[in-house]
Amino acid sequence: MNAEFAGSQYAIEIIYLIASALFILSLKWMSSPSTARHGIWAGEIGMVLAIGGTLLRHGIVDWKWIMIALVLGTGIGIPLGMVQMTAVPQRTALSHAFGALCVTLVGTAEFYLRSPDIPKFMMAVLSMEVILGGLTFTGSLMAAGKLQEVLPQRPITYKGQNLVNLLFLGVAIALAVYLVLNPGAKQFFPVIVAISLVVGVFLVIPIGGADMPTVISLLNSYAGLSAAAMGFVLNSKLLIIAGALDGSSGFILSVIMSKAMNRSFTNVVFGAFGQVQTSAAAGQEAKPVRSATPEEAAAILSAANKVVVVPGYGMAVAQAQHKVRELYDQLTKKGVDVRFAIHPVAGRMPGHMNVLLAEADIPYDRLIEMDEINGDFAQTDVALVIGANDVTNPAARTDQSSPIFGMPILDVDKAHTVMVIKRSMNPGFAGIDNPLYYLDQTLMLFGDAKQFVGGIVRELSGGH
Amino acid sequence: MPSNLIDALFVFMLAAFIGFEVIRHVSPLLHTPLMSLTNALDAIAVVGAIVLVGEKKSTFATVLGVIAIIAATSNVVGGFFITDRMLKMFKSSRPGKPQGTKS
Repeated sequence: MNAEFAGSQYAIEIIYLIASALFILSLKWMSSPSTARHGIWAGEIGMVLAIGGTLLRHGIVDWKWIMIALVLGTGIGIPLGMVQMTAVPQRTALSHAFGALCVTLVGTAEFYLRSPDIPKFMMAVLSMEVILGGLTFTGSLMAAGKLQEVLPQRPITYKGQNLVNLLFLGVAIALAVYLVLNPGAKQFFPVIVAISLVVGVFLVIPIGGADMPTVISLLNSYAGLSAAAMGFVLNSKLLIIAGALDGSSGFILSVIMSKAMNRSFTNVVFGAFGQVQTSAAAGQEAKPVRSATPEEAAAILSAANKVVVVPGYGMAVAQAQHKVRELYDQLTKKGVDVRFAIHPVAGRMPGHMNVLLAEADIPYDRLIEMDEINGDFAQTDVALVIGANDVTNPAARTDQSSPIFGMPILDVDKAHTVMVIKRSMNPGFAGIDNPLYYLDQTLMLFGDAKQFVGGIVRELSGGH
Repeated sequence: MPSNLIDALFVFMLAAFIGFEVIRHVSPLLHTPLMSLTNALDAIAVVGAIVLVGEKKSTFATVLGVIAIIAATSNVVGGFFITDRMLKMFKSSRPGKPQGTKS
């Protein structure tokens, strides 16, 4: 190794070191909305440095294909960055798939370049890289398909499903172990990759739409871990750091999401939640509910001091965010204190509802987390539920037989008056009946969320 | 070689702990942009793919590498782009410094 070569290698390592520091700062600045955009700059500079530094590496002899691929990737990335805010969950799932695809392909190429002279530890990490990468790739594609509603959202289950999944995964791991011990057994490598791809499909097929926030976070974590494994194989500390950061981020988010649904990881992955509870639905018929018109709702709202709006994904489906913003404006003008109660799983991915409301220009300091606002419902005059169902279901607190018993909910039923905008009395996503609707203080506002809120806004601005 | 791997394990362990500490403090308000940002950062895997293509060791490796670069680059570009779009939307009701300009 001559001096000049060694010098440039050191320079590149220093560049990677700076990039790693920028990545950590980037995440640190995400802690508050006021500094978050610095975080993007730090991340972008780090990324440009890392890619630039890599292009300077000795040994890079072919530039043409690198440039073509970078340009093509940019061409795909721009439209993926321009999707609507309601489509962010499926975009995120798709990008997990792309990240995992990259890792799997590089791992596969490295295997065939180096085999059979691969040290045991490295072969073990390489196997982990392609197994995690492979199942994250197809699993994320399945999740994206379900979120985009190209694939059925209801869980697809059959008897012995978990056993089959574990068996497949077990075979892949066993083959990997065999390959570590017998580096010559090249023929098993493609089998390991193939099984991982199949396992990804099987793992996500039985998971229902309501569990998507957890699944996306979990896949995020896997994508990060597979990238970290790739860092071990390539001996790149930059990759290990980025992968570890992503992996821990995904892990924390999955823990938060499963806590918010009172489920364990294993329960999400193996539970197949979300089938219609036919037995529960059959028992109850035509319990009386009280309903109200937009005029009545407007009168109650304008007489209130404190209003808490509880938005759910149904609000976004009805495209009602902007009407809700008008309602917020009208009520604020009348001196009513309006806040929004955000359940951690209110959208299709962690934090999704905040983005949807921010897009509608609702100030972020009016968006209050569940733990913070739950104590305030008793002093709330009106709780207005728009397109949310299970996260307001008091059965989660009281009814031990309910499938959502124990799930933390927004204590909407403690408000003086509860108004629920809903299309009909059909049970929601998880197929569970909601006793909230039959309470004495509850008024059902039947109709499309966008039209109904629009009706209330017209009443309020009419100046009666 | 083994000492390299031990170093790498230390780096992984420390980075994972830093990740936990830093991300624990991210407001739930920003969990969606956080995920799209970590996605973009994770696409640093593109570095490995660039080396693979640049070293031109076999046609097979080059083909896989090119696809890998395309996939990862789309994550870098799309991830930063959408994170920025999202963060521009977050505005406070309190008067003060505006958080970014309206898109």
